[in-house]
Amino acid sequence: MLTIRTLDVAYGAVNVLRGVSLHVNQGEVVAIVGANGAGKTTLLKTITGLVRPRRGDVRLRGESILQDSTARIVARGCSLVPEGRQIFGDLTVHDNLVLGAYVQYRRGQAAEVKADLKRVLKMFPILERRAGQLGGTLSGGEQQMLAIGRALMARPTLLMLDEPSMGLAPLVVREIFEVITRISKDGCTVLLVEQNARGALKIANRGYVLETGRIVLEGSAEDLLASREMQRAYLGRDVHPEAERGTT
Amino acid sequence: MTATLSPAAFWQPDEERIRRDELEQLQLERLQATVSRVARSVPFYRAAFDTIRFDPDDLRSLDDLRRLPFTTKGDLADAYPYGFLAVPLREVVRLHGTGGSGSSGIVMGYTRNDIKTWANLMARMLVAEGVSKDDVLQITFDYGLFTGAFGVHFAAERLGASVIPISSGNTKRQIKIMVDYKTTALVSTPSYALHLIEAMRADNLNMNALSLRRVLVGGEPFREETRRQIQEALNVTVTDNYAVSELLGPGVAGECLERQGLHINEDHFIPEIIDPVTLATLPPGVEGELVLTSLTKEAFPLIRFRTRDLTTLDTRPCPCGRTSARLKRMEARTDDMLIIKGVNVFPAQVEAVLRDVDQSAPRYQLVVERRQALDVATVLVEVSQSVFFDEMRRQAGYRDLLRHRLASDLGVSFDVKLVEKSTMDNVAAKGKVVDLRRR
Repeated sequence: MLTIRTLDVAYGAVNVLRGVSLHVNQGEVVAIVGANGAGKTTLLKTITGLVRPRRGDVRLRGESILQDSTARIVARGCSLVPEGRQIFGDLTVHDNLVLGAYVQYRRGQAAEVKADLKRVLKMFPILERRAGQLGGTLSGGEQQMLAIGRALMARPTLLMLDEPSMGLAPLVVREIFEVITRISKDGCTVLLVEQNARGALKIANRGYVLETGRIVLEGSAEDLLASREMQRAYLGRDVHPEAERGTT
Repeated sequence: MTATLSPAAFWQPDEERIRRDELEQLQLERLQATVSRVARSVPFYRAAFDTIRFDPDDLRSLDDLRRLPFTTKGDLADAYPYGFLAVPLREVVRLHGTGGSGSSGIVMGYTRNDIKTWANLMARMLVAEGVSKDDVLQITFDYGLFTGAFGVHFAAERLGASVIPISSGNTKRQIKIMVDYKTTALVSTPSYALHLIEAMRADNLNMNALSLRRVLVGGEPFREETRRQIQEALNVTVTDNYAVSELLGPGVAGECLERQGLHINEDHFIPEIIDPVTLATLPPGVEGELVLTSLTKEAFPLIRFRTRDLTTLDTRPCPCGRTSARLKRMEARTDDMLIIKGVNVFPAQVEAVLRDVDQSAPRYQLVVERRQALDVATVLVEVSQSVFFDEMRRQAGYRDLLRHRLASDLGVSFDVKLVEKSTMDNVAAKGKVVDLRRR
């Protein structure tokens, strides 16, 4: 579904992504894990057209989307749940959700939007109960569900989530990951960016470890969870093999 | 053989039948990750990349692989024992080795994930060869530091087959167990399979009464004539397996039931064929030296490893449904390495033993013959006239010591003959190695 080839992204003179290649197959949950500053958010911003790469290619179903505007990329079926939720605090839960269907409204599909809203509210009963409440009054976990619900309103075939577990209590994190699993089971392909490597890999099929802008490990989620290399990379502790070589 | 294969004919169907464009994307991703890891973790590669001013970020396509330096067996031997490990030793759960003495030994490490990957890759081969969980495998490869027996063993267990880890030697017992345990798949070198057949004939054993259905061979080159002999004598299917100990062991490539070349596990190894003299990359169909790059190895990743094996690459689709390229069965190597009873032997290893025992590095000649389908190796060693004529007792002790050391260091037994200077003068012209098996 999504294929990225040797992507270079720089902010001024600082290289943030260096030769990143990865792919996401239809129906998969793929996790990108890595420490803070590894380039995870930049990667999602590049896929959604918010940042332009210096070199490389991003293809959606075989077609390059590098020249597309963000609106066009959303219309192609890619939705992003941004880091820190970024919901509209002064708008009601209902209005936040409906805003997610901007593309569908533009197409004059009001009836479909209504059906989608029903579906999303059914998926998140807490949002239904709080539909008339201002977004800013929700708890962190509820806001995260609202952000995910809003992204689903755009009817994505590829849902991208940037650190959905950030700042949430462990119980709420588990709930969010369960929601993501459910979305995947409903047929949506998921690209999940997380610092919470363990939690993300537990619900993913495959994963990539991003470290200072490079993919240093890739593999099945199961293999990555078992990999000591992954644990080192993720923890940002680069124990140099030479220092340990020969010690038993 | 018809090409009607059930879904069960694949161990990892998605991977084994991956579309070529998807395979190339996967290879690129894995190659980029491998190159950036070795540049960071393996001093040899860090230095080699520095020398050619190569930055891992410059690897932008699979074609860029050609810019990278080769890795030779010599490079690995120089880093003995742990210089090529890309992870700390405490993350290594298994160690295998090739060779034995002195500088020519190579130690390969495997992480827990490497062991799992290995079992899966070899299980793909077993399934391609027709093995299922209902089979009883008799593994006659030597257990120990060598990769052969363990590679097949853990794959067969993963597959759910029954494994008889009988190891090598004791032909009478091998035959008794083959009969009593109802072995259905024999895992053997081709020459040992022939030897078993001869022994069974000598015992007037009714080979039709065996449960044997297939023989999985590996460990040494063989001719199609040998395959035909084994297939006809035992009424079995013979399939070939290609192992590269330094890279993994068995599970790198193997034949499917079509028996038209050995499928390479290309999602884990990138094959290239090079001209061994100019080192230029050669196109499919042209014979040259096989070079392999590992894509998923954690503990012991290798970039452009020169296998010294001569073959061609066949990228045409195979009727079996696997999309991987195939290697032509191997008949030659590019250097002087000998395969004796399935064990890799370098003349330099023999030299090292002689030097170690004698301190004076006597002249020698290594003669390998095939008697009754089995390899017989003899080392002729020059001794001074005084020893040769006057000190019989010392002579016998010296010979026994050499025999013992060669067997323990090289992992294969040699006959040792002491010769005087004039004899050595006569035979030395033929070279240090005389391989009579190819005649």
